[in-house]
Amino acid sequence: MDKNSEVIPFLNDNKYPGIFGWIFSTDHKKIGLLYMYSTLILFIIGVIIGLLIRIELIAPGKTIVDPQTYNAFFTVHGVIMIFLFVIPSIPAAFGNLFLPIQIGAEDVAFPKLNLFSWWLYIIGLILILFSLFTGKGAPDTGWTFYVPFSEFTTTNVSVAVIGVFILGFSSILTGLNFITTVHRLRMPEMKWMKMPLFVWALYATAWIQVLATPILGITVLLIFVERMFGIGLFDPAKGGDPILYQHLFWIYSHPAVYIMVVPAMGVITEIIPVFARKHIFGYKAIAFSSLAIAFAGSLVWAHHMYTSGMSDTAVIIFSFLTFIVAIPTAIKVFNWVATLYKGSIIVEPPLLFALSFIFLFSIGGLTGLILGAAGTDIHVHDTYFVVGHFHYTIFGGTGFGFFGAMHYWFPKIYGRMYNKRIATIAWALLFIGFNILYFPMLVIGMMGMPRRYYDYLPQYHTGHIISTVGSWILAVGLIIMFYNLFKSIKHGEKVGKNPWEAATLEWTTPSPPPTLNFVSEPKLTRGPYDYKGVEEDEQYS
Amino acid sequence: MSNIHKDYLGSKFGMWLFLFTEILLFGGLFILYSIYLHKYPTEFHLAGKELNVYFGGGNTVALVTSSLFMAMSISAIQKDDKKLAITFLSITLALAFVFLTNKYFEWGAKFHHGIYPDSPALLERPKGEIIFFGLYFVMTGLHGIHVIIGAIIIIYTLFMLKYEKVNKDDFVLLENAGLYWHLVDLIWIYLFPLFYLIL
Repeated sequence: MDKNSEVIPFLNDNKYPGIFGWIFSTDHKKIGLLYMYSTLILFIIGVIIGLLIRIELIAPGKTIVDPQTYNAFFTVHGVIMIFLFVIPSIPAAFGNLFLPIQIGAEDVAFPKLNLFSWWLYIIGLILILFSLFTGKGAPDTGWTFYVPFSEFTTTNVSVAVIGVFILGFSSILTGLNFITTVHRLRMPEMKWMKMPLFVWALYATAWIQVLATPILGITVLLIFVERMFGIGLFDPAKGGDPILYQHLFWIYSHPAVYIMVVPAMGVITEIIPVFARKHIFGYKAIAFSSLAIAFAGSLVWAHHMYTSGMSDTAVIIFSFLTFIVAIPTAIKVFNWVATLYKGSIIVEPPLLFALSFIFLFSIGGLTGLILGAAGTDIHVHDTYFVVGHFHYTIFGGTGFGFFGAMHYWFPKIYGRMYNKRIATIAWALLFIGFNILYFPMLVIGMMGMPRRYYDYLPQYHTGHIISTVGSWILAVGLIIMFYNLFKSIKHGEKVGKNPWEAATLEWTTPSPPPTLNFVSEPKLTRGPYDYKGVEEDEQYS
Repeated sequence: MSNIHKDYLGSKFGMWLFLFTEILLFGGLFILYSIYLHKYPTEFHLAGKELNVYFGGGNTVALVTSSLFMAMSISAIQKDDKKLAITFLSITLALAFVFLTNKYFEWGAKFHHGIYPDSPALLERPKGEIIFFGLYFVMTGLHGIHVIIGAIIIIYTLFMLKYEKVNKDDFVLLENAGLYWHLVDLIWIYLFPLFYLIL
């Protein structure tokens, strides 16, 4: 199998000319990159809408748009960010790119299905974009599509929910593919307890994708059926119960939060030991805590519904279960910190993103306790406190995990290194802008500013101004970061196999990897976090 | 490029996972059914009496028999009898059409009596009955769509059998089609008593 003389990197291996070499390729790495590019484009669109929302809210009363457009803004911002960026981002992009390589496989178990998943993603995406510009206006329900409003609004909800249904299908197929890949295609020497923890995180995520997403499928399908045929399953006038909708919706959408954040935790778990030059602290605890989060996270959906009219017993039970999720989450955080303790830390951009992940996600988690406790939740329910909380968790968590992954694996994907100084500056701006943007939300939420409101009382004005200014700093950080990465794809300094001197399998293959991932049969010579004797990269140090 | 060997177990594994998702898809509707049954027991009872148990029973026989022929088709290809496999699979397909035709007449009769979603006659009835017929149309409708999808898969498999893409050594496609068909059958086995028998 010695083809050492001529290794064609996957980026140049095209069966078809031009763009078809990408969109018909069943190579998991190309599909991963397709996902990465498409989710990033959607992310930028979502950010632009978010910035417009912030500008509208910089002063009370009308600033740039009318109330109906504002409703469409926050709905579209939510739908795009949740369904089109955050959920597919890390598992579909980086999972596809690195899951097979990390377990020493040549591809995923079902390469054609993998490509089909991406096509479904694009079809869902087109439907959602289509819903914005056709019919009687963009959906204005909020990304949760709560009934009965979503049944009766004249805006284009029907098209949007079908888009969401198809996206859910795409997510299920990706999860199914990953589970089968992990079970069937691991190299024989790689036992379960030798898998990299990113693989464990993806494995846990895949189970949530497979087990929770169908419920969302039926829920949005029911909205479509209700709107088309007026059956009335959720319409009180016909005997239906809107609360049931909320149950069905959150049975998926709460576990979906863990689809978003568990893979990001996996990324952080890969980054931290590499830059602390130390074996990860508590390998098994981290591996099992991923599964524990997946399991416990499936039992807590009704903590979104304390004020919706449930029995007190149900509220107490769901409050209790919600607190249980904090345990495996805290296990991870403590293990990351323990890994850093007495390590020889090398501060590089990926580590900065990982550290800010821990900081921001901790704030998200601690504010989550306030929302998870039934008593305090009654006070801050549906206020900006919630908005602040989930942006700290999802953007501060998944978003920074995604940026960390981009900076960590960039040299592996393109064989080049970005400018680390610019990357650090971009990171600092992102981190500062992020906190200026979202921290005031926690404060005005505590003061009573409701979420999703177009207008507000003067006492919230200062908070909104600070927050909007923060959004600009954040945007500048994003522009610098993307510019730096984009430029480095072609012009960055060339790197060898292992610029970070990491120990997982993807760093033993050339950068960028060849089509079938490895030049010769991969050998498992060390554990994923054993750095002793990792060969220094001769082309780069 | 694909030098990955055909992974028989992997294909079956993936199919089983997919079947779980299908069960969960219907699971959402079963949750709705159980809650509304709890809420409107008498209305469900009265409305359920209006469904024709002979239609439902006939369809149950059709589907269960079709599953039998599906299983026999797999046995036939394992014994390398392509012709017999095609015959059995064609009977499965024919029974799927029997099911759909039957359903067409059953739904047609209901429509004829003015019972369809959001119809004036239905809206005059008590709330529980509106919900019962709503669930009836949604659940049997979704199941009907699955029968159609299953039929399309069977037609595709028939062609694969004909051109020997499915053969004695590689029949996982037929097996997976069979698994899917058994699931469609299984879901009906739950729907039938819920709507026609226990009420």
